[in-house]
Amino acid sequence: MEPLTWTGPLGAYLDTITLALAAAFFVAVLAMIALNAAGATGRVVTNPDGTLSTSGSPYDLLASAVKWIGVALIGLVLAYFVVGVFGGPDAGGIVGALSQRMTPVWIALLLTFAISIGFKRKLGLYGKLFDSTVGMIGFALVMFWVFTGVFGALDMIITHDPLSQVSGMKNKVPGTPLSGAEEGDYQWYLLGGDNLARDVFSRVVKGAWVVVQIAPLATLFAFMVGITLGLPAGFYAGKLDTVLSFIANLILAFPVILLFYLLVTPEIVATGLPNYMAAVLFIFPLIFVGVLLNARYYTQPSIRTPLLLVVLGFLGWIYLSLISASGTKINILPASLDLFDIPGGILVVFVSVVFVNAPTVFRIVRGLALDIKTRDYVAAAQTRGEGPWYIMLWEILPNARGPLIVDFCLRIGYTTILLGTLGFFGLGLPPESPDWGTTINDGRRLLSIYPHAALVPALALLTLVLGLNLLADGLREESLKD
Amino acid sequence: MGLFILRRLGLMLLTALCLTFIVFFLTNLYPNLEKLAKTQGNFRMSEEAVESWLGDRGYTDNMFVKYGRWLGVAPGWVTEKEDGTVTGQCFAENALEDSRDRYCGVLQGDWGRSLVFKDDVASLISTRLAATGKLMGFVLLVMVPMALIVGVLAGMREGSGLDRSLSTFSITTTATPEYVSGVIFVAIFASSAFGLKWFKGSATQAIENATFENFFLPVITIALYGMGYIARMTRASMTEVMTAQYIRTARLKGVSFPNIVLKHALRNALIAPFTVIMLQIPWLLNGVVIVETLFNYKGFGWLLVQAASNNDIQLLLAVSVVSVVVVLITQLISDIGYVYLNPRIRIS
Repeated sequence: MEPLTWTGPLGAYLDTITLALAAAFFVAVLAMIALNAAGATGRVVTNPDGTLSTSGSPYDLLASAVKWIGVALIGLVLAYFVVGVFGGPDAGGIVGALSQRMTPVWIALLLTFAISIGFKRKLGLYGKLFDSTVGMIGFALVMFWVFTGVFGALDMIITHDPLSQVSGMKNKVPGTPLSGAEEGDYQWYLLGGDNLARDVFSRVVKGAWVVVQIAPLATLFAFMVGITLGLPAGFYAGKLDTVLSFIANLILAFPVILLFYLLVTPEIVATGLPNYMAAVLFIFPLIFVGVLLNARYYTQPSIRTPLLLVVLGFLGWIYLSLISASGTKINILPASLDLFDIPGGILVVFVSVVFVNAPTVFRIVRGLALDIKTRDYVAAAQTRGEGPWYIMLWEILPNARGPLIVDFCLRIGYTTILLGTLGFFGLGLPPESPDWGTTINDGRRLLSIYPHAALVPALALLTLVLGLNLLADGLREESLKD
Repeated sequence: MGLFILRRLGLMLLTALCLTFIVFFLTNLYPNLEKLAKTQGNFRMSEEAVESWLGDRGYTDNMFVKYGRWLGVAPGWVTEKEDGTVTGQCFAENALEDSRDRYCGVLQGDWGRSLVFKDDVASLISTRLAATGKLMGFVLLVMVPMALIVGVLAGMREGSGLDRSLSTFSITTTATPEYVSGVIFVAIFASSAFGLKWFKGSATQAIENATFENFFLPVITIALYGMGYIARMTRASMTEVMTAQYIRTARLKGVSFPNIVLKHALRNALIAPFTVIMLQIPWLLNGVVIVETLFNYKGFGWLLVQAASNNDIQLLLAVSVVSVVVVLITQLISDIGYVYLNPRIRIS
């Protein structure tokens, strides 16, 4: 087997054109920025319908040049991927092979976009996202990694086992043919081998699953904690607010890394402290849902009591099986009733990430509640005789959803960064875990000789967080429009 | 104003006490102490030997008493062994009866000894902090002007091509944590794989002799991550100012655009970023830990990692005191600065 080049036979025709176009695009954008900074925006023309526009200046020429070169560039890049999907490694080199492995992700992405754009007027804020280019790019990047994670977990994308080591593949560059490959094995290490001779590509795909699982869930829990405590703090203010705010500031004043080191070391885990923290933090969703439903159906006991019994019973069961695991300090539930055990490392990481994020959410929610409680509709609800929790959860919270949704997206990105930080310091997750932070940490020792092992997960993390930031930006823009 | 600062100082003191107690509590949990005894004594100590080793050194006392000793408000431990030798926290073995100090804690200026570095914690912290101070100084020198220029340029014409490209740039930098950008920079500019080798991948020598070659990458790595947020805040405040009535008046009077930006808008637009810059400094501390580990620059962040991974209690406490004080002081400065810079608040 020949080693693969980056773009294969296709590259022989297209690489020069692509590079030339990219260089032209870059120069044109720089020139545009320079012109803009110098203040040249062109001559103002009055159109027949009375609107004003600029035209005929070098700036406009440049702007249209940037647009068309950009379109051509995107078309060319797409060509690499499309040829790859059908031609695979023989036609498109490494890029082609990667694109072919990612086929399920492309199909899922196309379907998502087609359906969402088709029904965008019926989908509320989510549908409006497809009016903003920035939002769409962000959403595409995020969904790309979500689908990669999901399909990777179903073993559809990966080319090799992320943990198996193949002799002779240590630190090999991307595109190296598998040494001693047998019939049925994938023939290459597409993105090279790491310092333990494992396939970098498969590890990144598996790592996406770890991130896609933990980050949104941890953020959700942090939001539950933050909302449950922040709403009363903002609504009642006074002593409660002072105490809760002090605690929140206390946690925020802690350097995050020091806190992680203190919580995640094996000695602390042995004391069971993270389990107790989990027991406290995980009860907040229960309280939240319980109070939410109770406040809504308080006047209709015939619906409320059975509903609460069923929902809280179910959530309580999940809660108990979440926190109780054999071999740790908390082991309440008998094994036959225990639905699942969370591996110790993951639980600790999860708890510390929730713990670090919750105070910030608390502050945001508190600020929003302080602002919204002075509105007329709150006064109207009070005059109607609604209870405080109904007002907080059914009047204030829905009206605070805009900033909260935007912050949720941003915070998932931040949680991803925190997870990476934990992995980077080798805390929490087991050392052979394929998550991106741990992989970067593994790869950085040989960074100056074999950079690919650390570079690939680094770029993966960068694109995911960038996607989440862009998504949040698009959502903010669209939610401000109405 | 004086009362405000006093109240804030009181709150600071309370926060610092709470936080150090939490650190103290976590580092003094029994499994940690057991590990400490085994690494300091020997690894094959029996349960009883560990117990007596800890008991002799006052580790098994009540948590609050131990914390008081560290603070210097409770008398240090004194153990008299069966053979008559007297050891104590605050004096050398067999010191004369009347030359024994009773208290030795932070209040007496004694920060204890580091068990890993076998050195005085106070001197360790001060030398490492100086090294990190140098790094932070350069980071601020690069980050603040860059962020302000990007933010002002983006904000002066909202929605223009310049605004879009600069905003994309600042979003990208906020999405790139230090361990990602550091890895990318080292891979591109310092590795043999790309063959550029413009800079060095390690900043160990930069402590004594910082050159552009060995110091630029760590500085730019921290500066980039911190700058995106400041730039976006500056942009937001700039766009707000640019839509204000008095700017419109100035335009209608025929003041030139550069003059409007530099003389009229800039001063008002820079109030909000000041607060953000101050609040960003504690976040830089995080970046410093990552970058110092990545580039092997032996400063304060590196010390934090060493202290935390070895459970060096005294050192860890001192490190957390320093970082908490940094956080609280920057918060205080940002509050005072905001009041001072904003005439509307200052006068009322």
